[in-house]
This record gives sequence, C-alpha cells and structure tokens, in this order.
Amino acid sequence: MYAIKTEGLTKYYGKTRGIERISLTVERGDFFGFMGPNGAGKSTLIRTLLGLLRPTGGRAEVLGLDVARDREKLLERVGYLPAETAFWPGMRVRDALRLSAGLRRRDCGREARRLCERLGLDPSRKIDELSLGSRKKAAIVCALQHEPELLILDEPTGGLDPLMQREFFAILRQRSEAGATVFLSSHILSEVQRSCAHAAILRDGSIVASGAVKDLTRAAARRVSVRGRAALDALPGVRDLRQTPEGAEFLYSGQTRALLAALAAGDIQDLTVSEPDLEDVFLHCYGKGGGQA
Amino acid sequence: MTLFRHELRQGRTALAVWTASVGFLLAVCVGLFPEMKNEMAGAGALFASMGAFTAAFGMDRLDIGTFIGFYAVECVNVLGLGGAFYAALTGVSALVKEERGHTAELLLTHPLSRARIVTEKLAAALAQIVMMDLALLALALISILLTGQTIPWREILLLHGACWLMQTELACVCFGLSALLRRGGPGLGMGLGAGAYLLGLVANMTERARFLKYLTPFGYCDGADILVSGGPDPGLAALGALTALAGAAAAYVLYCKKDIR
Repeated sequence: MYAIKTEGLTKYYGKTRGIERISLTVERGDFFGFMGPNGAGKSTLIRTLLGLLRPTGGRAEVLGLDVARDREKLLERVGYLPAETAFWPGMRVRDALRLSAGLRRRDCGREARRLCERLGLDPSRKIDELSLGSRKKAAIVCALQHEPELLILDEPTGGLDPLMQREFFAILRQRSEAGATVFLSSHILSEVQRSCAHAAILRDGSIVASGAVKDLTRAAARRVSVRGRAALDALPGVRDLRQTPEGAEFLYSGQTRALLAALAAGDIQDLTVSEPDLEDVFLHCYGKGGGQA
Repeated sequence: MTLFRHELRQGRTALAVWTASVGFLLAVCVGLFPEMKNEMAGAGALFASMGAFTAAFGMDRLDIGTFIGFYAVECVNVLGLGGAFYAALTGVSALVKEERGHTAELLLTHPLSRARIVTEKLAAALAQIVMMDLALLALALISILLTGQTIPWREILLLHGACWLMQTELACVCFGLSALLRRGGPGLGMGLGAGAYLLGLVANMTERARFLKYLTPFGYCDGADILVSGGPDPGLAALGALTALAGAAAAYVLYCKKDIR
C-alpha cells in the first residue's frame, strides 16, 4: 500500500508549467525527500496532493484515497507544514493549536503540550510577537499534534536553528519508526541525505531522478580528485571540472578506461575516486543537459 | 461551528468599532431632532425647494419637521451608508483574507470541505451584520426614548428591516466576489458600498433615472419610499433577496473550484 501515488500528475497555471506528468510512489512508513531549486515545482506538487490545486491532468492518491474525491477524509490523516508559516492575527499559540484541533474535531491537548515542551515553545505567547523560528515551531506542533499517518513538510527547517533542526528531525524519525510516512521537500541536500531513505529530484516540473538515496549516489557520476596535471577538458563524461593549485576535481560519468588513459598521459602524483554525495547527484541532474541519474 | 466561532472572534474588533461609530452618529442624529424641530418650521420650505437635492434625499415626499420624517431622511442615511460599508467590507474580506494573510494553506489543509468553509464564513458574516443591526436598533430606540419622542414602532422596524436586507444583499454580492479575488478586497468593498449609495441618490433625482433602483439595494431601503408606500417595494426587495442568493451561490461555485496558490 502506498502513502502517495501519482500517475502523470500535471498542473499548469494557464500556460505556465507547474508540474508535468509526475508519476511517483511513496511507500507507507517511508522517509522520502523531494528536492529541487525554487520554481522546480515542489510546492505545486505538494499543494496538488493536498487538494489546494486542481490538477490539469493525471491523478493522485494519498493513503489510498483519491485526492479529488476524498479530500476531507485524507486530510484527517495528514499533517501539513507549509513553507511559509502564517497564523491569524491576534492569536496566542495555544489558541491556534486549539483551533487547529477543533477543526479536526480532536482533543490534541496532551500531544500539543508534549511537542511544545520538546521544541521549547511557550503556548501562552502571542504569535504576532514570535520570531520566525518560533512561528515555525508553532506550525510544526499544528502539523504533528493530531499524530497523522502522513506528514507532508514543505521546506520544514527554514527559520529553525541547528539545535532545533536536530530536535525536529529526531521527532520525525520517532514518528517514522512508529509507522508514519514522512514526505518532505527541501533544497538542503545534506538534510535529505542524512534523514531520508528515498528521494526524488525535480527539474522544470518533472522528476529527473528518484530512488533510494544510497542507489542515487551510487548510480551517479564519481567524484574524482587528482594531484598533478592531465588534459581533462576534452575527455567525454567530465563535468563540474574545477582546477585547484594541486590539480583538479571533477565529476566523471564516462568510461573508466578512457579516464585512466587520460590520467596516464599526464603527470599525476595521486588519485582519489569516491562516491558522490547527494549534492553531486543534484548538480549532476542540474548540469548542462541534465539527464537521468 | 469551530470556524464560525473563529470568524466571529476575528471580526469582533471591526464589529465593535463600526457599531460604535455608526451608533454614535445615529444617536447624535436622533438627539439633534428636538432642537432641529423648532427650526424646521422656517426651513421646511427651503428644504422642499432645492430641486434634485431635495428629491435625492426624499425630502419632497416627507415632512422632516415630524420625527419619523426626520428619522427616515437623516438617520436612515447614516444607518444605510455606515451599514453598507460594514456589510460590503465584511463580505468582501471573508474568503480572500485567507489568501491575503497567507492562512489559506493552513485552513484548507484541515479536514473541512470547501462548501463547509463557505457556509461557516457566510453564516459568520451575516450573523455579524445581524448583531450590528440589533445593536443599532437598540441604540436608536434608547436615543428616541431619551429625547422624549414616542417610538413609531412599525415605521422604525420597517426602516431598520429594509436596511438589514440591503446590507445582507451587499454582503452576499461582495462575498461572491471574495471567492474570485486573490488579494485586495477592502477597496472594492468600499467602492461597491459607496457606488450603491450614490446610485440610490441618483435614482431619486429624476423619473428617467428611476430604473437605477433595480441596480442598487438602496432602491428598496429609501426612507421616503418606505414611509409613503407603507413598506419597501416588494418587487425590489424580492430582487434584492434573489441577488443575495445569487451572490452566495456564486461563492460556493467559485470557491469550490478555486486554486489556492
């Protein structure tokens, strides 16, 4: 059973592309990261999954429920953290949390208190007087207090300090271990690499790479670092070439034999070949011409 | 009902300020009558001979030397204009304020259908208008008693009732527009309120402009018409009620299909 399943999901704003033919599956219990720079379509996908936007084409299911037909039923089981946290004016944190619980017809008081304690959030404070980070914490409690089966988080760590980011991800991991699915969008790649089991990369509204984070980094080009001089400019498969005082660093996705021949023809003292991190995969996907990872 | 209660809480300051402002002007207006009454005898002929201005405010058909004539011209104008602005602002802000304040994402990701959201917001807007009207009616009655006048119950209730219907119509039309907007709203609401009021004045000026009464809710809450005819024009009032229903229906249709960006 999938937590999220989309088939050819497309959204256009008039003639402007939002997302195009996105087919994606997220298993229940998965910790899934969704990456892409601003404007790639991450928020459009999330808003379409939550029924805020009507798709132009394709279909989407969340927790086995059709997004267009069963919106209210699925929203009972989903917690959503928007990228931009805004609350109604003049409210205290506790009022906003009670309102959110009331709209869900649930009593979430105990879990809300527990989360506020963990995040160091004073529920008696007026939201208008809170810092950006504390407003984000209030939004996190709003999204988590009803203990949803699926958490959809759009750029969740914006405004949180590193200590609070760590605490937040600890909460998410506990929820994930308890069986909840976490689906988060981010452009902080280390965050995805550290926490997510699976990931997808979005480019110009379409998915250009997806799979297990380990497989993604394995399948992509290797990061090569050489000490010395060799003619690498014309070698097919070299990307992101950066000359350093000692030599050069680059991503290589060509034939190993051709690389070794080019290096042997030069004057090389040392060579390191390593698996790239998610940032390399991302840059690879966003490099000239892009391409499937 | 959670959203309904939330809307009432969010709107309570605006309700209190508008009610206090319009109520204060209304009470001042009523309080001026005993003094004005003595001066009216000489001024009556002057007020009745100012041509289009006289007709616009219905003073050619009413004797403003009597309390109810004065109330229908002066106080109903205060009540009508103030009430129209409040109703238009409340209606036009009801839905769009969520997108304007970036709270739409938060609200619409709770398990509530769009139709339910429209229903609770519309009910809250109309309830606030009723609360304002009841408070203003109470203030008017107290002011009348304090100035030593006898309360002309039937006429007062008809005038206030017509104003309530006018505000409901304006609020519903603006509510329908609110479903269409992505930002703004107050300017449009104030403009519509003022435009409707001015159309009502122009419609009274000449026979040729009388058709304008069909375009503005002020057509059936004109104080002079109500007192002369013994009540609001039933055709215009029915048209107003239908327009209010159309505005509310448009809000349901538009908001249920709207993309929240």
